[in-house]
Amino acid sequence: MALTKAEMAEKLFQELGINKREAKEFVEMFFEEVRGALERGAQVKLSGFGNFNLRDKKQRPGRNPKTGEEIPITARRVVTFHPGQKLKARVEAYAGTGDLQNAG
Amino acid sequence: MTKSELIELLSQRQKHLTSKDVEFAVKTVIEQMAKTLSSGERIEIRGFGSFSLHYRPPRMGRNPKTGESVPLAGKYVPHFKPGKELRDRVNIGAAKNKIQIDTSPDENEDD
Repeated sequence: MALTKAEMAEKLFQELGINKREAKEFVEMFFEEVRGALERGAQVKLSGFGNFNLRDKKQRPGRNPKTGEEIPITARRVVTFHPGQKLKARVEAYAGTGDLQNAG
Repeated sequence: MTKSELIELLSQRQKHLTSKDVEFAVKTVIEQMAKTLSSGERIEIRGFGSFSLHYRPPRMGRNPKTGESVPLAGKYVPHFKPGKELRDRVNIGAAKNKIQIDTSPDENEDD
């Protein structure tokens, strides 16, 4: 089971003692502020977790995989995530069983 | 935008929460996300994106000082896949306003 906004709100309700509606609203707003910053062209740095960076990509040739037709992939801006040292170290310590190899 | 700037922004919008509460809430959310990934679980936020772990197989590395070969074990690394809304908004934001990417001069270290 993946972590979702509902579980995050539940945690805030338990640990912060705010009501469920406020907790839900807070989680929604948290991600909206991050999206908003990225939309404005600002990098987002969450210490203890990682950085969300922006990269401008030039147009490049692409192909419709179905028809084989050549179509250019237009220039675009994309978000990249770089986990911080702390998160990387915590995840690395995870002794997976191998089940996760195909996850995502 | 840093974590403390995020806390400030959220405090301005959430008038019914003290900034101490907002700080605690932001840290709680981030810690829950980090804990989830380090226990091998995924995170799925609709409209934002999903975080999962990608496996890196074992490989031979090299000690850059001595040139000696060292076996490196397989490991998991966090991976983020932006969701559709985030992808679209970032891309449209860039196209519409020709906003320059704001990368304040900084170290890429996060803590």
